[in-house]
Formats: sequence, structure tokens, C-alpha cells
Amino acid sequence: MTNNNDYISKKKFMEELYRYKRGSVTRRHFLNVTGLGMATAVMGAAVPGLRPQPAFAGDIGDRVVLATWPNYHDPANFEAFTAATGAHVQVNVFGSNEEMLAKLQAGGSGWDVFVPTNYTITTYVGEDLIEPLDTAMLPNYDAASYNPRFAEAGSVDGKLYAVPKDWGTTGYVVNTAHTGGRKLTSWKDFWDIARNEFSGRGMVHDYQLTTIGNALKYFGYSFNSIDEKELADAEKLLLDVKPHLFAISSDYQPALRNGDAWMSMAWTGDGKQLNSDMPEMEYILGVEGGEIWSDYYAIPKGAPHRDAAYALINFLLDPEVNSREVLAHGYPTADARTNALLPESLLNDPILYPAEDLLSALEFGAAATLTDPNRAELMARFKSA
Amino acid sequence: MTQRTRNWLLLAPAGTWFLVMLIVPLTVVLIYSFGERATAGGYSPAFTFEQYANLPARWAAFKNTMVLAPVGTLAALLIAYPVAYFLAVRVSPKWKTILLVLVIVPFWTSILIRSYAWIFLLGGRGIPALLEWIGIEGVRLINTPFSVLIGIIYGYLPLMVFPIYVNLERLDKRLLEASSDLGAKPWRTFIQITLPMSIPGIATGCMLVFILLMGEFLIPALLGGGKVFFVGNALVDLFLQSRNWPYGSAVAVTLVVVMLITVTIYMRLIKRLGAHREDVSLM
Repeated sequence: MTNNNDYISKKKFMEELYRYKRGSVTRRHFLNVTGLGMATAVMGAAVPGLRPQPAFAGDIGDRVVLATWPNYHDPANFEAFTAATGAHVQVNVFGSNEEMLAKLQAGGSGWDVFVPTNYTITTYVGEDLIEPLDTAMLPNYDAASYNPRFAEAGSVDGKLYAVPKDWGTTGYVVNTAHTGGRKLTSWKDFWDIARNEFSGRGMVHDYQLTTIGNALKYFGYSFNSIDEKELADAEKLLLDVKPHLFAISSDYQPALRNGDAWMSMAWTGDGKQLNSDMPEMEYILGVEGGEIWSDYYAIPKGAPHRDAAYALINFLLDPEVNSREVLAHGYPTADARTNALLPESLLNDPILYPAEDLLSALEFGAAATLTDPNRAELMARFKSA
Repeated sequence: MTQRTRNWLLLAPAGTWFLVMLIVPLTVVLIYSFGERATAGGYSPAFTFEQYANLPARWAAFKNTMVLAPVGTLAALLIAYPVAYFLAVRVSPKWKTILLVLVIVPFWTSILIRSYAWIFLLGGRGIPALLEWIGIEGVRLINTPFSVLIGIIYGYLPLMVFPIYVNLERLDKRLLEASSDLGAKPWRTFIQITLPMSIPGIATGCMLVFILLMGEFLIPALLGGGKVFFVGNALVDLFLQSRNWPYGSAVAVTLVVVMLITVTIYMRLIKRLGAHREDVSLM
């Protein structure tokens, strides 16, 4: 095709469109003769993140399947990715790392990219469920630009399996309109008010790591404890509080927004989103500590659209694209290049970047909690009680 | 081709389906239920009764199911019967089709979306806000067994209406006239003629709703806020969260056994009530 910049009549365009819809010509032929391919390429080149790069070279197929968390991406970025590559992003949303692991263990998940949390990656490697990453396929990945604290869990035995997405903390959101001026500061406050003044108004995650972990913090134990006596104490507290809870659910924003619930365990981004819309919603980190975490992009073994998986990760790692992601989800990123593009106000936000004394008390989740049968069974007993 | 071969050929698709989709999976579940949980979750071969010994830990889930499933079935029956009676006996043929379609319309949308709608109706800004407006304060509906019951009745009502409707539709109206000619009051005609003759429809509807309710997990998960826990929810958790396949299999096997026993007792009861076994189309 030498004349692909030439004028194409409306009639001819429609004819070509019908031919394409009938499947008698390829997408590439259609884009070529109609000039739309050139238009996309020109538009794409204007946006740095869409610049053609080695990973995009060649046809990556028509779709890529992403397993991720709720409220975690900017949908416009996915549209831009589809416009640039032709691959449609199919999103599956999950509520816990256990659920992701269960799907991958059962096999045939059909995922190309997923978003595991720091403490799960060694288990995925041990179970042979995750693919080592080829950095040659990820030109936007620049190891030096990441704060190592939030990037190191991506490598196991010196091999890179996952690249950092963003990080955050697990605290709780409280609607201060109902606290009567009282200032909550700890997990002890959380559990005590949940079974007293806030009876019928509190929520905990449907997720063993945070619900059990933060109950352990009530007694000052480690967030990651798998000690049987300490878990028994946590179970007693949980069973005592359960009748007073509004719900056990990781989808807490709707209930907090409509006023049914006044308090819930929450992650940074939800705290930020709620606080931006309703200033009376305060995000609190327990003084006893709790969880700090980092999420990663990874590719499961046997991903059906491997090229598209690399293309999508590489696209989302682009600082320009990533900064739009951060603005949408409200979680901090460990990537210095992205931070350089973000507004100063966000980088000084106390919800995203808590004070050092609060931050230093937090613990990363431990791999043992993911597979420990006692924690899993405790959570199940708590829910079915 | 002999008659015999032809019969076998005709039965082959259903037979294969039955074998591959029912017998084989159930056998696998049964085998797994005697195994052990692998270290990172999943199944590891063993022969132990440990999983069955641990069943009391899910007592609450079985209790919730065994209470709310029959109560939900009964409530659906009490609401569905008048509707079915009205549709089959009272409504003019002109309206009948329209009303029947209206009963099916909810099925055009997924139960997931319809249950979400109920979250808002039962939540603080829905019905409780209306009640507050007329002076009844502090009503809590969402995330209670009651909200789950409402969701269940709402979701399963059409399944109850249709078998009863079909049954009453076929009812020979001359019997009703005869009863009236012999001097029976309408109420007596209903108790002695209509109701006994509609038992097959009632039995089918109840069976359909009850069996599906025993495995329900979506409605309690959405309208129970994780606090009203069915066996179905226990199973989802065991397979998708704690990844304890052997224990999940043991719970599943137990559920199947409990269902078989309940259904057998139920069938006996129905038979004693005078309906012929063949009339209950599910058996």
C-alpha cells in the first residue's frame, strides 16, 4: 500500500467497513486502506505512553485478560491501550489474594496479567504458578527508579517475577460525624467502639490477612502471628464483635457513602477516595501498627496472550500512564519517574504518605499467613458463627 | 435397527451427560473428601475421616440453611398460590398472557443485578427511611436473616408460581360447578376440591425451590453482608478462600446426603397426602 494517505470516499469507506465486519479482510488491511491506521499511529505518537515500542511490534492479538482489585485503574488508560494495540483489556476483579491463588491453583484461569500482593509472590513461585519476567520485553521498567522497600518482593532468589504497581497501608475509615468529637487513634479504639457506640455500624474486610491481623493488633501481637494462643485470643475478640458488625465485606465504600455504616477497615486508596468526596470521613492508622503492602504486576504460567500481557504491563509502567493511574486510584507509587509528574499536593497527602512514626510501626504481610491452615479456618469459623 | 438398539442410541446423549457431568464429578468429590489439605492449599491424597470429624465447625451454616430454606419455600408458596390461582382460574384469557409474561420478566435480568437493587431498597436510605418518615424509627433490614428471606422469596417466586399455575390451569372446572351444585360454599369447594387437586403442582414447586435454596449462596452473600451464612457460602469460602478442598468436599457430600434424606421424607409425606408419585414431575 503506497497510497494509504490518499482521500477515501464515504462510499468506499463503508464498503471497506462492511468487508471488515464480514471478516473478508483483516483489521490491518482495513486500517491501511481507510487511513485509520495512519490516524491511530499519528495520534498514538503524540502520547508518549502510546509510542510504538518493541513490545508492541507485531500483532499481540485482540485481547488481554487482567485480574486485579476493585477501584484500581483508570479506565481511560485501558481504552488508550486498546486504541494503540488493538487488544481489548478484559478486567476480572477480586476481593482477596486467597481467591486469586485459588483460581490459579485450580488451573485454566485464562489470565494474562494479575496483581499479587508482596507476601504472596514466594508462594506463587514455590507452586510454579508464575512466570519469570523478561525485562527486554518491558522497556518501561527501570529498576533503579523504584524505592526498593516496595520493589524487593518482586524478586525471588535473584530472579524477577513481578514489577511494582503501587503500595499502601491498611487502616480504617471512620465517619467523624458520629464520634461526638472523640478522636480514634488505635485498633483498640476500632474494636471497642465497634461493639459499643458503633454497634451495627462497623465493617471488617472479608479477608483473613487484615481482619485477623488487625484483631491481633488489639492485643499488641504481630499482624502476621500464626501462634495458636495468639490466634485464639483474636478469635475470641472477633466472635465477640461479630454480632455488632454491620457487615463482613471488602466492598465497603457503598455502605459508608450511604450512611448505613459509620466505620470500616480500609485501604489507602479507598480512604483517599472517601475523604475527597466526604471530608468527614477520616482515614486512621492504628498506633499499634498494622499492614503496609505493595502490589505488583505479574504474568501467570501458561498465560494465553503472553505478548499482550507484556505489552499491557509495559504500557501501565509508563510514567505518564502510571501518573494517571495514581490520580484515579489514590494509592502511592514507588516509581520516582511517576512521582515527578504528580501534583505536589498529592505527594504531601497524609493519607497516601502517613507520618514516619505511624509508618514505621507497620508490617509487611508474611508469606506464612497465606497458607497457614489455622488462620484460614479461623476466618471461616468467624464468618459462619 | 432393532427397537432395543434404537432405545440405547436415543438414551446415549442423556446417559453420557449424566455420567460425565454428575457421576464422575460426584465420585471425585467423594474421593477428595477423604483426603488432606496440601500445604499451600488444594488436595493431597490420603485416607482419613478427619474432614468428616470436623463437620461440627460448620454447624451454624447447616442450621441457617435448614431453617431459611424451608421457611423461604413456605413463604414463597403462601404468596405464589393465590397468584397462580388468580392467573389460572379468575383472569380472562386476554389478560392471562400479559400477566404471565410479567411473572417471567424479572428473569430477563441476572439475579445478581436484582439482588443489588434490593441492597439499596433494604439499606438505610430505602424502606427504613420511608418507615422513619411515617414515624417508625430505628428499623434495620439489610444484612439480617429477614433481608435474606426477602431476597429468597423475591428470587424464587416465579419458580413456585408456574408449576402451581400449570396444575390449576388443567383443573376440570366442571368439578367446581358440580361441587357448587351440590350446595358447597366456595370455601369448602376450595378445601375439598381445588387444593387437593393442586397438590402435585405445590409439591413440584416446593421441591424446585427447596432444592435450589439448599445450594444458594449469592443472596445470603449480598443481602446478608457476610453475616448470614449458608452451606453454599461455606463451600465458596472453603474452595475459593481457604483452599481446603478435602474439607469442602466433605461439606458438599454431607449437603447432598442431607438433601437426599429431606427429599425422601418429603416425598413420603406428599404420597401420604394422597397425591400419586407420578404426578410429582420432578421425581
